[in-house]
Amino acid sequence: MEIAKLTNITRVYTVGEVETHALRGVDLNIGKKEFTTLVGPSGSGKTTLLQLLGCLDQPTAGKVLINGQDATLMNRNQRADLRKGTIGFIFQFYALVPTLTAYENVELPMLLMGKKNHKSRVMELLDAVGISDRADHRPDQMSGGQQQRVAVARALASDPLLILADEPTANLDTENGEQVMDIMRKLNEETGTTFVFATHDPRVIKYAKRIVTLEDGKIIKDEAK
Amino acid sequence: MNYILKMSFRNLARNKRRSFFSALAIAIGTALLLFMSATIRGEMRGSLELTINLRTGHLQIHTEDYKDENLSLKRVDMIEAPLEISSQIENITQVKAASPRLNASGIVAFKNETIGIQIIGIDPPSSANAIYREGLVDGEYLAADDREGVLIGLPLAESLNMKPGDSIDLIINTSEGETDEQRFTVRGIYTTDTPGYDKSTIFMPLAKAQTITRTENFASMIYILLHEMDDTAAVKEAIQAPGYIIEDWEEMNKLIIIVEQLSNAMMFFFNLMVLGVTSTVIMNTLLMAVYERTREMGILGALGMKARQVKALFLTEATLLALGGVMLGLLIGVPLVLHYANVGFFIGDMGLSAKSDFMFGNIIYPYPTFGDGISVSIAAFLITILSGYYPASQAAKMEPVDALQSNN
Ligand SMILES: Nc1ncnc2c1ncn2[C@@H]1O[C@H](COP(=O)(O)OP(=O)(O)OP(=O)(O)O)[C@@H](O)[C@H]1O
Ligand SMILES: [Mg+2]
Repeated sequence: MEIAKLTNITRVYTVGEVETHALRGVDLNIGKKEFTTLVGPSGSGKTTLLQLLGCLDQPTAGKVLINGQDATLMNRNQRADLRKGTIGFIFQFYALVPTLTAYENVELPMLLMGKKNHKSRVMELLDAVGISDRADHRPDQMSGGQQQRVAVARALASDPLLILADEPTANLDTENGEQVMDIMRKLNEETGTTFVFATHDPRVIKYAKRIVTLEDGKIIKDEAK
Repeated sequence: MNYILKMSFRNLARNKRRSFFSALAIAIGTALLLFMSATIRGEMRGSLELTINLRTGHLQIHTEDYKDENLSLKRVDMIEAPLEISSQIENITQVKAASPRLNASGIVAFKNETIGIQIIGIDPPSSANAIYREGLVDGEYLAADDREGVLIGLPLAESLNMKPGDSIDLIINTSEGETDEQRFTVRGIYTTDTPGYDKSTIFMPLAKAQTITRTENFASMIYILLHEMDDTAAVKEAIQAPGYIIEDWEEMNKLIIIVEQLSNAMMFFFNLMVLGVTSTVIMNTLLMAVYERTREMGILGALGMKARQVKALFLTEATLLALGGVMLGLLIGVPLVLHYANVGFFIGDMGLSAKSDFMFGNIIYPYPTFGDGISVSIAAFLITILSGYYPASQAAKMEPVDALQSNN
């Protein structure tokens, strides 16, 4: 069974009188252990698609099945619950909670899930992204690359089936960008967690196992490597 | 530690200055209310205490028709052989003092001036009159057999520029409805720190007052002070005075008691006003915090935090501010109130005369009570949390997608 199955998705943004068709009839299946990038020109709908996959947004029409459950029939709280256990996010800006330490940021999804005795798991994750020596640092005491690695660890904290990342390397230099990609690829191999990226970055595309190309709200190419 | 509590705490710590000033606003509001409630209570109590001490006593015996206002000197309106009755009453253990008083109206003539005054004939040695003896600022107190001496109040002495030993002409109404004029000597000058009373009340020994008003062996009333106010009802039961009326301080001070209730109601609106200002400050602070952290709310939402939990986060911040603010307020307010409760503060002459139902001293002593402190603290605490409710709902209302697109 697919982890995510999008069927005939359209998403129309209406701002005042202006309607923007961000997605026009998209079908997309995401399976286990995938490491997929969404590419395409600016405005082609990559971010919109990720937000629908992450149940942060609702489509104008179409169906979003996550792990077999139809997210389009859910209310806000139910979607929050669905996200909590199944989906992890990594954003372009290292979206850590500024008042919490690296350790506490990684711990947060576990606390939200009501998990207990998670200390060793948090340290394990920080270890996996090579940041265990920064466990007690706050975001503003870390470099961009370090923060993004903490964000990766946090995305993994709820043991999600699917991790969504919107331009995760856009604010990183080559070295840090490749380091973060290496880590994610390794986690993908070792844990089987599915990753879906939206990116313009050729360095990210280089790592992909599958490349989905969007243009003007439609999938125009879907190739496996 | 609970993660919501931890995050709230850190958020307040992140903006220390702003948090401090918000807490300070709550603190100032709390301290102000503590002070006001204690002051009003103190003023009311002070006024009641003064009126009891100076005019009504805890209990009073007089005839059915006697009225304090018209100072009637008709024998039918007066008490016969008052000293016998009062010495009997003084045998009751809860009674501190019982003493006859004769009230008459008169006029002071001094040089070219005439001033209407009230003359009170007192039994000088009685401890019922201790307040005047202790309030002596110049000269001597009256002796029981003094036939020429009077005590005058400090403001009257000042306005007429009189000192002990000076002569003073008094024109006094008599029982027969005529007037008698006699020359007296100022023996002493007293103050009760109640300018309205002091400037219009002159004391002379009861015997002399009886002679000059032609009411030998009569008095207007018997004034009774108790050791404990709470014994009023019991003593009232115990007193034997057939043919006369016994009134207690509550019956004689109805107006003060009504005004006290009225001022409690006014205090309620004053509380609302102060807390309204405080509440605006808190709401503003928290709204700023919400808008500054829009993106953060989006991230928390993406991580699966529910609207309810986001709301709890901000309400917890409001609660922490409330706790800090109220505690700081008590820290400022309690010593302040206790200090002024001790030394009092000067308000000057409130311009009320001796005959008015209301007496104010020229110094207010705030009277803090534990109950007032608790209710002020709880009110400030609840209002602060309530003020956090709107910002918290705003935060909870944000959709994660929209929040993530924000620049904050
Ligand atoms: N909240 C919104 N309101 C209105 N229009 C929007 C909104 N979000 C996106 N759009 C529009 O939808 C279209 C697709 O936007 P989207 O952000 O998905 O593109 P993208 O492929 O992620 O672009 P980029 O590579 O620049 O990030 C664009 O035309 C964009 O202007
Ligand atoms: Mg985008």
